[in-house]
Amino acid sequence: MSVRRLDPVQPESFAFTKANLAWAKETIQKYPEGKQASAVIPILWRVQEQNDGWVSKPAMEYVADMLGMSFIRVYEVATFYTMFQLSPVGKKAHVQLCGTTPCMLRGAEDLKKVCQRRIHPEPHHVSADGNFSWEEVECLGACVNAPMVLIWSDTYEDLTPESFEKVLDGFANDRPVKPGPQNGRQFSAPEGELTSLTDKSLYSKDRTFQRIEMPPPAPPAAAAPPAAAAPPPVAPPKAPAAAAPPSNAAKPVTAAPETAPAVKSPSPVKTAEAQMALAKAEQKAEATATPEKAPSRVAASKPEEKPVAAKAPVAKSPDGKPELLKKPRSGRGDDLKLIWGVGPKLESMLNTMGVWHFDQIASWGKAEIKWVDERLEGFKGRAERDEWVKQAKKLAKGWRPDNAVGEKPK
Amino acid sequence: MPKLKVDGTEIEVENGTTLLQACEAAGAEVPRFCYHERLSIAGNCRMCLVEVKGMPKPQASCAMSVNDLRPGPNGEAPEVNTRTPLVKKAREGVMEFLLINHPLDCPICDQGGECDLQDQAMAYGIDKNRFAENKRAVEDKYIGPLVKTSMNRCIQCTRCVRFTTEVGGVEELGAIGRGEDMEITSYLERAMTSELQANIIDLCPVGALTSQPYEFKARPWELTKTETIDAMDAVGSNIRVDSRGREVMRILPRTHEDVNEEWISDKTRFVWDGLRTQRLDRPYIREIGKLRAANWKEAFLRVAQKLKGTAPERVGIILGDLVGAEEAFSIKQLADALGIASIDCRQDGTPLGNAGGRAGYLFNSTITGIEEADAILLIGTNPRLEAPVLNARIRKRWLKGNLPVGLVGEKADLTYSYKYLGAGPDSLARLKDFDLSQKQKPMVIIGQGALARPDGAAVLAAAQSLGGVKDGWNGFNILHTAAGRVGALDAGALPGAGGRSTRDILSAAKAGDLDILFLLGADEVELPPQGTCFVVYQGSHGDVGAHRADVILPGAAYTEKSVTYVNTEGRPQMTRRATFPPGEAREDWAILRALSEALGATQPWNSLAELRKAMYEKAPHLARLDQVARADAADLAALAGQGGQMSGDAFASPIGDFYLTNPIARASRIMGECSALRNGARLEAAE
Repeated sequence: MSVRRLDPVQPESFAFTKANLAWAKETIQKYPEGKQASAVIPILWRVQEQNDGWVSKPAMEYVADMLGMSFIRVYEVATFYTMFQLSPVGKKAHVQLCGTTPCMLRGAEDLKKVCQRRIHPEPHHVSADGNFSWEEVECLGACVNAPMVLIWSDTYEDLTPESFEKVLDGFANDRPVKPGPQNGRQFSAPEGELTSLTDKSLYSKDRTFQRIEMPPPAPPAAAAPPAAAAPPPVAPPKAPAAAAPPSNAAKPVTAAPETAPAVKSPSPVKTAEAQMALAKAEQKAEATATPEKAPSRVAASKPEEKPVAAKAPVAKSPDGKPELLKKPRSGRGDDLKLIWGVGPKLESMLNTMGVWHFDQIASWGKAEIKWVDERLEGFKGRAERDEWVKQAKKLAKGWRPDNAVGEKPK
Repeated sequence: MPKLKVDGTEIEVENGTTLLQACEAAGAEVPRFCYHERLSIAGNCRMCLVEVKGMPKPQASCAMSVNDLRPGPNGEAPEVNTRTPLVKKAREGVMEFLLINHPLDCPICDQGGECDLQDQAMAYGIDKNRFAENKRAVEDKYIGPLVKTSMNRCIQCTRCVRFTTEVGGVEELGAIGRGEDMEITSYLERAMTSELQANIIDLCPVGALTSQPYEFKARPWELTKTETIDAMDAVGSNIRVDSRGREVMRILPRTHEDVNEEWISDKTRFVWDGLRTQRLDRPYIREIGKLRAANWKEAFLRVAQKLKGTAPERVGIILGDLVGAEEAFSIKQLADALGIASIDCRQDGTPLGNAGGRAGYLFNSTITGIEEADAILLIGTNPRLEAPVLNARIRKRWLKGNLPVGLVGEKADLTYSYKYLGAGPDSLARLKDFDLSQKQKPMVIIGQGALARPDGAAVLAAAQSLGGVKDGWNGFNILHTAAGRVGALDAGALPGAGGRSTRDILSAAKAGDLDILFLLGADEVELPPQGTCFVVYQGSHGDVGAHRADVILPGAAYTEKSVTYVNTEGRPQMTRRATFPPGEAREDWAILRALSEALGATQPWNSLAELRKAMYEKAPHLARLDQVARADAADLAALAGQGGQMSGDAFASPIGDFYLTNPIARASRIMGECSALRNGARLEAAE
């Protein structure tokens, strides 16, 4: 890098072509009001493309006027970034030769000699015929293909002095060679034979791959929150009808049974119901905190857990299929995780199966357990081993542990 | 408010304070080059490194806020150290880097002796240099006739770039190139156009930007420094006059937060060569159409002879722009004693002082008040030329945002955007687009361009009705251009009963109704042709007045006498004598005292102190130096209905050429050069 000055010979004027002017106006609009000056680099870049590869003094002043900047500010930018050429470059090619360490080690200095011989002994000087110029630049970012040059917007890689001369000949004859590696290699693929992963057996047909099955992801809506930790109601208690425009994105999961995803905003009636239900749930939580209290009273205050359902005679299916529900009664299932040995995974599996309530599990016999067990992919034998039925019976009666990590129904 | 511990002393500072300011508040000294209180923070010189406890590396204290410091594990105040070995080593390292490319040319550098780099290298640097390569060489740039560049010395602190952009309001300086090749320059080495540009000489911490006219003239330690007041405009900038023997060598700003902060205009700074040229160093008398050197006795005798046979009604006295309050009081007293009623200190012919009390001719909001204003309406004024330092204050307020500025008058680049509301008085009637009634602290600034015209009183009345005055806020402001005007008005140098004002004195002189015209430093008036009336000129420079005069009484310039100048906001400030007047020239109060004796109306004082005592009896607020005596806004009501109809003529700026507004500036070669450059630039722009 050296001191950069404007070229002593400057054109009279500069103006964008119609297409470029439209593009420039569009570019300026990308920036917020008052920050139009931010467009100076893209616009100078386009100036350079239009102006045969360099930025002239009238062009800088043109850009400054376009962006409402003072001349010195554009001048600062143009002199700071070495990608802006401040003097004319070769008409056919301006060679930007990478001289950074990897390219240097791979022979960039020989390429530089070619430039010095064919173009000009000094960088930033146009060749005698005016067609070529060159400069040394910092890393062009493809060290794997070193050494390389950048001509206009294409890179020519894996060069030797001979192939580089061919590239230059191509530009001289207006038949540019194909950009990319010049030694027949494809992109940055290994040169010549493969040197690694050469073991034939890696590619044989007999080779088998063990597939590791992952359990399906849980449906997000199926996870029922624990009753004791029910989220607070979202619906405003006072003027729900005048609520802000409904938004699905920000709608939290509510305890209201009627708040199906299709319902944009809970209606006042339904909200009231939901609140009642929630108040009951809280009451229930209080009650369950003292497990010695009469379960009958608790049960009476829980309409969604009517023991009637549990006591009702269940029509037994011959193949042992238990009673399954398409969706939980009153919209919300029991927290099956309270059963010792059932985690979120198993709970969601049970829910997909159609098991939502403790009383469902409590009613299972041997056949039902077998039927369910067959379908518990990856958890076979759990239902029996952990005595789900026994636990569920206790839970169905209204027993609850003291806290999340406390006593188990077992 | 965050607390922190600096070198063991715990202090509490305002939110948003930088570490550097906090360290200074705690009494620690932090060296710096790029940081400046009144400019934005660049943080590129790295000289202000300090150690912050808990941070592995030294921190640039200028660019770090105290709010970003983390307290200790138990909530202790964050600790900052400026005296640890780490800081010492960091400073030595930075200094060594700065000196790598800095030439060792202190013996031939004008900054020598007052150079920040020199001082700090002595205080914080090491005594050797490990760099044995070639130093960087940078081409010197032309950035105008006032600032000399020596770019090898530049340490790229960018203070100059930030000053011109932020305070000067002209984006003309910039840093081009990058890395080692970074250079400070103006666009294609064009001359800067700011009236405040030479402040970058003071800002430059090294000798890269030095004063061109002062080049190789003197060393700072051989100069006598006199703290005094500037008289180039009515802002009353505080200055320091550096003199050697009988010559003023340079003028520098002094800091006064309420007046000029620390800036002065180029005219203030570079007018000093005008103090040496075109001086009137002895009395002159015109005989047979030619001026001849005389002595004081002859000159006084001549005036006395002429006056004896003349009726007082046929005598007129006009005071110039640089007249101090004491002189104005003295000549008014003399005129009263002689029965002369036609005396006027307003040589530009404004109606100020006729009505409205003191509030009617002051910049009532005060200069610091500009920073509180929420709207500014400029009427017939271009503050950039009339008071560049005050204009910088308006720009400072404008940069903070939310300040609508309106302009009625000549369009000009004021360094901030404004709404153009019209050219002449007719626009004042329809200011619908610029409503001041909803504003809390609006300012109406009326320039002399709107007042120095036959309908000036009517314009003043119209401006008064615009509603600049609110409860507890007086937004009615007169921007003066003459340093001595407010002081002379305070001293009462106005026409007495039946007396003529400036305009009438001059027309009477032209018409032959006046026999004697006494000019006390008045050069900016259209004088009657030779032979029509007897002109006495008392002043310091051989300018228009002296050329026409029949008797010349040589006076002292503003650096050669002690007088009171009251600035446009009504702040009395006293100058000090830096040098003696040349030759037989005397201080003006003494000339008037001697003249009074020759005229047989001896003034009752024998010293300046006695004169001041008499003056303070009449205008006691003049005794309270540097205090703004607020004027009663209620007096402004008297302005209403004055002056009749306004004409349709557009307002014209009273300043035709910023650099040549008074006899001293017109005698200055440097000012002439600046003026030629600007006019050349104007011509070029017009083509």
